[in-house]
Amino acid sequence: MKTGSFLAALAVAATLATDVPAQETTIIVQSTTSTANSGLYDHLLPIFERDSGITVNVVAVGTGQAIRNAANCDGDVLLVHAKPAEEEFVASGGGVSRTDLMYNDFVIVGPPSDPAGIGGLTDVHAALRGIAESEALFASRGDDSGTHKKEMSLWNAAGVDPAEASGAWYRETGSGMGATLNAGIGMGAYVMTDRATWISFGNKQDHVIQVQGDEQMFNQYGVIPVSPEACPQVEAEAGQRFVDWLVSEAGQAAIGAYRVGGQQLFFPNAPEPN
Amino acid sequence: MQDFGDAIGLALNLVLSGDADLFEIVLLSLRVSLTATAIACVLGLPLGAVLAVSRFRGRQAALVLVNALMGLPPVVVGLIVYLHLSRAGPLGFLGLLYTPTAMIIAQSILITPIVAALSRQVIEDLHGEYSEQFRSLALSRRQVVQALIWDARYSLVTVALAGFGRAVAEVGAVMIVGGNIDHLTRVMTTAIALETSKGDLPLALALGLVLMVLALGINAAAQSVRLTAARFAYA
Repeated sequence: MKTGSFLAALAVAATLATDVPAQETTIIVQSTTSTANSGLYDHLLPIFERDSGITVNVVAVGTGQAIRNAANCDGDVLLVHAKPAEEEFVASGGGVSRTDLMYNDFVIVGPPSDPAGIGGLTDVHAALRGIAESEALFASRGDDSGTHKKEMSLWNAAGVDPAEASGAWYRETGSGMGATLNAGIGMGAYVMTDRATWISFGNKQDHVIQVQGDEQMFNQYGVIPVSPEACPQVEAEAGQRFVDWLVSEAGQAAIGAYRVGGQQLFFPNAPEPN
Repeated sequence: MQDFGDAIGLALNLVLSGDADLFEIVLLSLRVSLTATAIACVLGLPLGAVLAVSRFRGRQAALVLVNALMGLPPVVVGLIVYLHLSRAGPLGFLGLLYTPTAMIIAQSILITPIVAALSRQVIEDLHGEYSEQFRSLALSRRQVVQALIWDARYSLVTVALAGFGRAVAEVGAVMIVGGNIDHLTRVMTTAIALETSKGDLPLALALGLVLMVLALGINAAAQSVRLTAARFAYA
C-alpha cells in the first residue's frame, strides 16, 4: 500500500516534471502603456505562448513606474521607452542587458483651430516655442513616464521652462497617456503622444496631428531581462527566452506585421543576433 | 450625449452575446469583492460590537480612529499592500503580488473599517434600547454581543452591502496590487479604467452600466433574503 501510494506520488511528480512546467511557467512583463493599449501584446503574446508554452502576464504602467516595479523585483522582463533611464537600470545591476527592440515616433496633436499656429511644422523646438509664446494650452503627462521624460528633454532643448506656466497654459495631468489625451482633447490643448497610442486611440474627437517628422521625436523601445543576481526569485530563463524571441527574426517580423486601421504602429529594429 | 446611446446598446450586446471575457471579468469582480466583504464582516462585525458595548479608556479615540479609517484612500491601501507583497517587501516570498489574493487582501483592509464603524453605530443604538433587559438577565459580555449581532442582523446586512459597494467600485487598490493583467487580475473597475485610457468611452461606459446592474442585482438579492427571513420570523 505504502509502495503503491509512493509510486503514485512519483508518477504524479514525473508527470509534473515532464509535461507541466513548460505549460505552467509564467512571467511578468513590466511594460509601458503604449504597447499594451495599442493592442500589440494581444497580437504578439498568443504567438509566443503557443511556441514556448510560457504564459506572459503584462502589467502596463508608465515607464518610470515600470522601472521602479522591476527594481523591486516585481517583474521578469522590462519593456519600456526611456533609453537613459533603462541604461541606468542596467548599470545599477537591476537588469541583465538592454537591447533595442523597435521604434516609432512622437507627434504633437492639437485642436484643428491651431491657436499656436504650429500646424505642419517639422521643427519640434520651433513648435514648442510657438506654443509657449502664444500661451496656448498644452497638456503634459507630468508622471515621469517615458513620454514625459522625452517631452521635458524637448522643452529643455527648445529653451523653454514650462514649469513656470504650470497651472496656467501648461497643464500637468499626472496621469497616463490615454487620460492625458482625454483631458487635453477636453480642454482643447496640444498634447505630445507616441504615434501608436494616437492611431489606436478611440476618443480623438476633432484633434489632429499638428507636428511630426522631426528626428528629435524618435521613440525607441528597449527590452531588458531583470537580473537574477539582483532578484533571485526572477524567472530568468523564461524571461530571457521571451526577450530572445522578441529580438529574433520571428519576433521582429511579428512586431512589424501588427497593423491598426492599416497602419503599422511599431517598426522593429533589434540588432542582428550574433 | 451620443456616447450614452452607444453605451447602452453596447452593454446589452455584451451581456446578451455572452461575451466570455466579460463574464470572466464579472466573475472575478464578484469573487474578489464578495470574499473581501466576507472577511471584513468576520473581522469588522465583532470589532464593531465590542466597541459598541465596551467601556474602556481611550474608547472615544478608538471610535474616532475607526470612523476616520472609513475614508482610507484606495490608492494608499494599494500602495501599502504593494510594498508588503512586492518581491522586495517583507512578504514577497509568498508570491502574492499580481494575484486575486492580493486584491482580496487590499479590499479587505479597505472595507473592514467601514463594516466595523457602521456596525458599531447600529449595535450601540440597539444596545441602548436593550441594556436594562440585558442587565436584568445578567448576561455575559459575550452573550450580549451575540444577542445584539443576531437582533441587528437585518441592519447589518445593509452594513455589509455598504462594504461590498465600496469594494466592488474601487479601482485604485486593485490596479496597483492586481496589475490589471488580462485573464488573471482584470476586474470591472480596472477594465473600465483601461478602456477609458484607450479612449473607447462607449465601451468604458457600457462596462460601467454592467457593473451598476451587477450591484443592483446583489442588493436586490440581499433585500429579498431579508424580506423572506422577516416574513418567516413574524409569520
